[in-house]
Amino acid sequence: MSAGTTTQATGQGTAPAPAGRASHAPVQPGVPLLSVQDLTVGVRPSRDRTVSIVEGVSFDVEPGQRMGIVGESGSGKSLTLRAIAGLLPKPVEVLSGRVEYNGVDLLAMPAKKRRTLMGPEIAMIFQEPMTALNPVVRVGDQIAEGPRRHLGLSAKEAGELAVQMMARTGIPDPARRARAYPHELSGGLRQRIMIAMAVSCGPRLLLCDEPTTALDVTVQLQVLRLLEKLCDETGTSLVFVTHDLAVVNQTCSELAVMYAGHIVESGRVKDTFRQPRHPYTRGLLESAPDFDRPDRLLIPIPGFPPNVSDRPEGCPFAPRCGYVRPHCTEAMPPLAEVLPGRLAACFESDRLDDEVLA
Amino acid sequence: MNGTTTPETSEPSVLRVSALTKRYESGTSWLSRLANGGTGTLTALDGVDLHVRPGEILALVGESGSGKSTLAKILVGSTTASSGEVSVAGEPAPARRDKESSRRVQMVFQDPYSSLNPRIPIGRMLSELLLLHKIVPRSQVRAESVRLLNLVGLEEDVLGAYPSQFSGGQRQRLAIARALAVRPEVLIADEPVSALDVSVQATILDLFATLRTELGLSILFIAHNLAVVQHLADRVAVMYLGRIVEVAETAQLFTEPRHPYTRALIDSIPRMTETSVNDGFEVEGEPPSPYDVPAGCRFHPRCPLASEICRENDPPLLAVGPAHESACLKAGELALIPVPNVPQEHR
Repeated sequence: MSAGTTTQATGQGTAPAPAGRASHAPVQPGVPLLSVQDLTVGVRPSRDRTVSIVEGVSFDVEPGQRMGIVGESGSGKSLTLRAIAGLLPKPVEVLSGRVEYNGVDLLAMPAKKRRTLMGPEIAMIFQEPMTALNPVVRVGDQIAEGPRRHLGLSAKEAGELAVQMMARTGIPDPARRARAYPHELSGGLRQRIMIAMAVSCGPRLLLCDEPTTALDVTVQLQVLRLLEKLCDETGTSLVFVTHDLAVVNQTCSELAVMYAGHIVESGRVKDTFRQPRHPYTRGLLESAPDFDRPDRLLIPIPGFPPNVSDRPEGCPFAPRCGYVRPHCTEAMPPLAEVLPGRLAACFESDRLDDEVLA
Repeated sequence: MNGTTTPETSEPSVLRVSALTKRYESGTSWLSRLANGGTGTLTALDGVDLHVRPGEILALVGESGSGKSTLAKILVGSTTASSGEVSVAGEPAPARRDKESSRRVQMVFQDPYSSLNPRIPIGRMLSELLLLHKIVPRSQVRAESVRLLNLVGLEEDVLGAYPSQFSGGQRQRLAIARALAVRPEVLIADEPVSALDVSVQATILDLFATLRTELGLSILFIAHNLAVVQHLADRVAVMYLGRIVEVAETAQLFTEPRHPYTRALIDSIPRMTETSVNDGFEVEGEPPSPYDVPAGCRFHPRCPLASEICRENDPPLLAVGPAHESACLKAGELALIPVPNVPQEHR
């Protein structure tokens, strides 16, 4: 239970800071905090056959950076996140690629060692706080479990830390609420409990899987503000998966758009929304109602996303794409730099040079 | 306009709800009384007045637990109200629906994956309804089915198919065709696009808009996504804890909200444009439990404008402008706080 095993001999031992900060491994200069390289996730229906759901996904997250991954259901965004956390549901597995955290490949690491990173280094927030929390354990004890295990706190210290964390996430009357069971709390409070649990060991990377989708709009704003505040205070990096473009616009600085298992465009959020260079990104922006431009005509994307087992040859978006040319159906376009700091996987990217959100 | 109480009842409406109340008693056995610490009454609807005009899309927005879906259930007759009246096209709808009164109000549900029977092919789903309600003679059932499918943008060849062969968006089209088959007076759509992918939502929203313009269909559109509502609806009713707190024309509601809850909702919308930043008319906490509705104005514990009178008086829905009603004692005060970054087109 000592923190020393998890943090590769930083010499900090088990003396915890009151805010619940773990002693981290030193930051490797010049190495991104998280580096996903050519990650392919899928299933093996038989020994010699594989079906990939996420294909060749690569991206980096620098310390303190906030990265949003958007896509429709079935685009592979959640599986990408779960592959990073090592929480893929059976029989889905990582087929190839690397997931490097602070320069170390998580996939090559023994499962036991990898688990010690979950909490003090990497933490995850799920969409459904009701199913992610243990229904028969008091929420305070659930928050305290991480600090006890990873920071080596005593039950009493960890309990106090749990109440502190609950207060920091804006839960009113935290001492009393710590003794509640999940079902006794509202959806917003449960989501705050999950956030308190995730940040209790002071992780450097927070993985969020649609953390506000199940919440009401006024509560969503509160939770997004809270996440922002906590990340500002501790310099935590964020990988934020959602289908809501506006939520990404308000929380993240970097963006990756996924379609049918591929990243089709990535870049800075504001730049990408102003001038998308992939027809799918553009289609998403044009089909979603925008509160600030109510009279704009919505342009739906024709058709629907391909089935995982039945993806078309070449560019997966080609059958729905208005810019399609014959060569699009022959080969998958590589994710290449089309503007400084912007990558797009489209042969016809140059034809999308006008601005959408002027 | 200030001071007039209820809206003029002469206004034509295809669906009218007056003083509708729904209470659920928690179990009366001694065990459940013990568990709840005495008696508990859940007030899902607390005196709802609402009317849908012919050929309009009226959006009903509110957070979970505000009573939107309970209202929908009462309107289609799948549950009964504790008190109050529902009338369809001027005639009171009986609490226990007969064939005719259930035909007149139809519903499209949120999840098209669970609202279509997986074992009934599309053709049979439609013909069953057409024959039961004697919409067309037997010889014309097929032609009518095809007409319905074309109406929602599908082709004749889907008649023999099963729901599992369709994507979410197409299933929602089928659900709409089924609802329209019996030629209802009003269509209730309960979050019809929130289970769909973003790129597909637009086609279904367009379909609703087309049905309204071309068939003159009246739609009560229940939603929580305000950007969707703003895009589609003619009027908007905002619901909070079982009561309508504001009703207005869509543009009016979003540019000049006269209830602090509406204002808070607007300021909570995640925005796409970087210049539009939520200004922080932020409400504290979450909606209280419908088991324990606050005394006075039900919004006062979360309201930044609340004062002593709000804790003591329960404000009724009053006219605050032409076709604009608000249940707030401080509606006048709120009008003086401008909404920042209102879309230019709406000014």
